[in-house]
Amino acid sequence: MSDDPRHRIAARAARELRPGEVVNLGIGIPNLIPRFLGDEANVFVHTENGLLGVGPPPADDELDEDLIDAAKRPITALPGAAYFDSAQSFAMIRGGHVDTAVLGALQVSERGDIANWAVPGKDVLGVGGAMDLVVGARRVIVTMTATSSTGEPKIVERCSFPLTAAAAVDTVVTELCVFHRRDGRLCLTELLDGATIDDVRALTTARFAVDEALAVGSV
Amino acid sequence: MTLDGITTAEDAVAHVRSGDTVMVGGFGLVGAPLTLIDALVELSDATDLTIVSNNIGEPGRGLGKLLRQGRIRRGISSYFTSNPEAVDAVNAGEMEATLLPQGTFAEAIRAGGAGVGGFFTPVGAGTLLAEGKEERMLDGVPHVLELPLQADVALVYAARADRLGNLWYRHTARNFNPLMATAARVTIVEAGEVLEVGELEPESIHTPHLYVDFLVERR
Repeated sequence: MSDDPRHRIAARAARELRPGEVVNLGIGIPNLIPRFLGDEANVFVHTENGLLGVGPPPADDELDEDLIDAAKRPITALPGAAYFDSAQSFAMIRGGHVDTAVLGALQVSERGDIANWAVPGKDVLGVGGAMDLVVGARRVIVTMTATSSTGEPKIVERCSFPLTAAAAVDTVVTELCVFHRRDGRLCLTELLDGATIDDVRALTTARFAVDEALAVGSV
Repeated sequence: MTLDGITTAEDAVAHVRSGDTVMVGGFGLVGAPLTLIDALVELSDATDLTIVSNNIGEPGRGLGKLLRQGRIRRGISSYFTSNPEAVDAVNAGEMEATLLPQGTFAEAIRAGGAGVGGFFTPVGAGTLLAEGKEERMLDGVPHVLELPLQADVALVYAARADRLGNLWYRHTARNFNPLMATAARVTIVEAGEVLEVGELEPESIHTPHLYVDFLVERR
């Protein structure tokens, strides 16, 4: 398995996805997930700029200037794909027709609040589809490293950054562990790659429950 | 539309007046009506514009050209950040910015074209983007009242149009274009290809011609 924690997080998150699901993948770690999905995964990737059925990146001779994902990167469309306008795309999201959104975050609180669009003191001029996805998708999985690039815990008691949505996160996957939100609180359900509960505690300011059947997993 | 043929880009953009609100299609530059934007930049002196578009182009490209001319008084958008010059213009007080979640932005345009006086959405409730907006609990969930968006002029790109103004969009270049085509007093379409009446299959028409006022060929 890769030494890059981002790849390990993506690989673990890929195992959360169920066959037949419609999934929207955010920029960054979520976009690494397709490489860890086998053919049997059979998930349908939705991109909010108007396509259900996103395929792999194009070969040079397949590049099509009318075909991009929400990160504005060139993509392909798989057989069975469907195109639609932005109002319908977000009706799918808001209406609960997208099963799972996987996205990165700046902070997740112990209540499942998420902050992933703005940093205090910086420009708050770009939100895109982040709020729609975390409110609308039936399940929200956050993939992120446990700490920021400056070593600050990202799983926190309370978000200090502007919220994207309150109590919206269902699952958090970091390089250390997996949390699920149960009864409105984070619950540690799995330790990854030899991490201990103390390792997890050392890198979070959040209070969390520990699952009775805590799994010790590796990817 | 009473189309007796195709309009020049110069004649078409003469319908944009100073102080107007102008909707411009596209997700980034994909699906953006670049010929019409260039005509607005080069052949029109309308200024003090309110631009409704998902992004304000890119530096020196698309709407980024109009921005450099200082002709955008206000932007209504979900993602200004894709053009750092737009962020600079806002911070310098040269442009006002109204930021909306992308799904709210799309739905507000749809509502504007469909005669709907507003809508309550859970997206954005409890966040910075709900400030100053009416909130209401509906079925136990906080919602925000969003008002429709309408424009004086919409600039739209479609891959194919027939001479009546029926439109067909291609791949992810559809995005906001069909919504904006419905929401303006004057809708100007830039078409990649202009077909004779009857050449578009009726079932495959995305925008029926009654929304379209002027047709310009892509340069």
